[in-house]
Amino acid sequence: MLNTSYLPLNRSLTLLAFALLITFSLSALIGRYPAPGFLPFERLAQDELAQRLFFNLRLPRLLTALLLGMTLSAAGMVFQLLFSNPLVEPGFLGVSQGAAFGAALAIVFFGGSALVTQTSASLFALAGLGISYLLAHRLRYGGWVLRLVLAGIAVSALFSSGLGLLKYLADPLTQLPEITFWLLGGLASLTWGKLLSILPIVLVGLTVIYLYRWRLNLLALNEQTSFSLGIAVGRERWLLILAAVLPTAVLISVSGMVGWVGLIIPHIARRLFRTDARFSLPASMLIGGIFTMLCDDLARTLLAGEIPLGILTSLFGALIFLALMIFQPMPNKQ
Amino acid sequence: MTQPILSFRNVTFGYQPGKPILRDVTFDLRPGRITAILGPNGAGKTTLLSLTLGWLAAWTGEIHLAGTPLKSLAPQERGRRMALVPQSEHTPFDYTVLEYILLARAPHLPPLAMPTAADTQIALHALEQVGISALAERPMPQLSGGEHQLMLLARALTQLHPSRPNGVLRKGTGGEGFLLLLDEPTSHLDLHNKARLIEILRALRKTGVTLLMTNHEPEVVLALADEVLLMESGIAPQFGALDEVFTAEALSRIYRLPIRLVQIDGHKQVLWT
Repeated sequence: MLNTSYLPLNRSLTLLAFALLITFSLSALIGRYPAPGFLPFERLAQDELAQRLFFNLRLPRLLTALLLGMTLSAAGMVFQLLFSNPLVEPGFLGVSQGAAFGAALAIVFFGGSALVTQTSASLFALAGLGISYLLAHRLRYGGWVLRLVLAGIAVSALFSSGLGLLKYLADPLTQLPEITFWLLGGLASLTWGKLLSILPIVLVGLTVIYLYRWRLNLLALNEQTSFSLGIAVGRERWLLILAAVLPTAVLISVSGMVGWVGLIIPHIARRLFRTDARFSLPASMLIGGIFTMLCDDLARTLLAGEIPLGILTSLFGALIFLALMIFQPMPNKQ
Repeated sequence: MTQPILSFRNVTFGYQPGKPILRDVTFDLRPGRITAILGPNGAGKTTLLSLTLGWLAAWTGEIHLAGTPLKSLAPQERGRRMALVPQSEHTPFDYTVLEYILLARAPHLPPLAMPTAADTQIALHALEQVGISALAERPMPQLSGGEHQLMLLARALTQLHPSRPNGVLRKGTGGEGFLLLLDEPTSHLDLHNKARLIEILRALRKTGVTLLMTNHEPEVVLALADEVLLMESGIAPQFGALDEVFTAEALSRIYRLPIRLVQIDGHKQVLWT
């Protein structure tokens, strides 16, 4: 009898879920108050400042880091499968550059308060997707994948030139640093209010993607093949694109650019859990959550000042990826 | 007369306006028969399969699948009744053979459901039928051209397997109402596998499955086909029994070569020089 049991993969997923819970619990206790390191339980029970810090600053920030990692990784997996292209990441349909442009616009012209920046960033992120979609319909060239990719590249380029213009116009002493920090990404200013404002979209998106994990494989097939298997390709594809892009857009609007998570984590997940998205998708979510929480732990504790999260995710993402490529044999090699 | 499983009525289609490649195509496929589509390169053989699949929409004319207009068939229902074996297929991800062909159970599963152990058994059985059980855990990119083609056949068998948990395709039963489309199914196969494919398709016919295939190889057509659809550029194709349509004159005409049909050891053979 062939070894067709998925028990080992299921067991590894359970282990990953435990690792995520442990990371979450430890991350909640780690910080720079009262001293760099772990916050002891006794202190948390007695110190009112410690409690406020724990419940009002660390918890919402940690939850957002978790959701950010899970969403970017899940959305990255969705995009890589849907576009049959291992090199795309969740923001490439004009979403990341749209959000960056929106944030910079708010900082330069509208005072740059947190709420205005967040709203403007998410609106322009969605506008990026919308314009890419409309453009893709107008293009008369290639199949739908190529058209969307081309439209995404064009829209991203437009927004990034707009961003360049805004940077040029920005006050170099006050506004420009703010734009730069936004682009480097970070969760320092996270509050319960911000988290709750994005939570519904994020949870709905993640749930839809999770439920569709096996059918994602069907959409990764070439289009005529999925059609011949009786799939309503167009409908399911747009449902999944929306389920991936909407949470990504609202998360980017509060976190800024946190790069490489959505590109690299899906690769790592496929390396460790094979290609079948039944397993690689949940694995991608869990690994992405753990990875982003750990990076954010470093971002807020390593130095007295905050290290931008995007720098750390790129650095460690790339290092882990290279290590895997070099040392881990392909799981399916015979 | 039984209802045709597939019927084309005056179907016209082309890729560019004003330049039809299929003109006035009319034929009926009866259940449990094998029909070969023959014709020179560019005559529209694969296009005809794509029209049958519903992937392309005819300019004019009507296509019915078992009496139902193809256009009004729900995608999932269509996927349950009709499968396609393409010549080859590319995916950039390294699914294992079993994972890949298991995807063909999709039309039998409720929305959001995942394949069960029973579905895995069906897929494994299909691999056994085409003789590549040993490749079940092999990543797809490592398959040879012939193995890849056999895998695509196994996927179609997985797809056309009845929904009932214990339903199996048996001789004389189970396959009625299924239509299997094959695009050059022997193009990458060695002699051994070619003979095996012929056996598999004959066995499928016995279960009642209807087959429609394009093929360039006369010996495969002679070994399998009950009916032939002869396509020539620019004119309405000719449809009829093998003996009537598959003649030396017709072949010489469509391939523009002097072709002879001879009897060797009681088998018809095609000779050309």
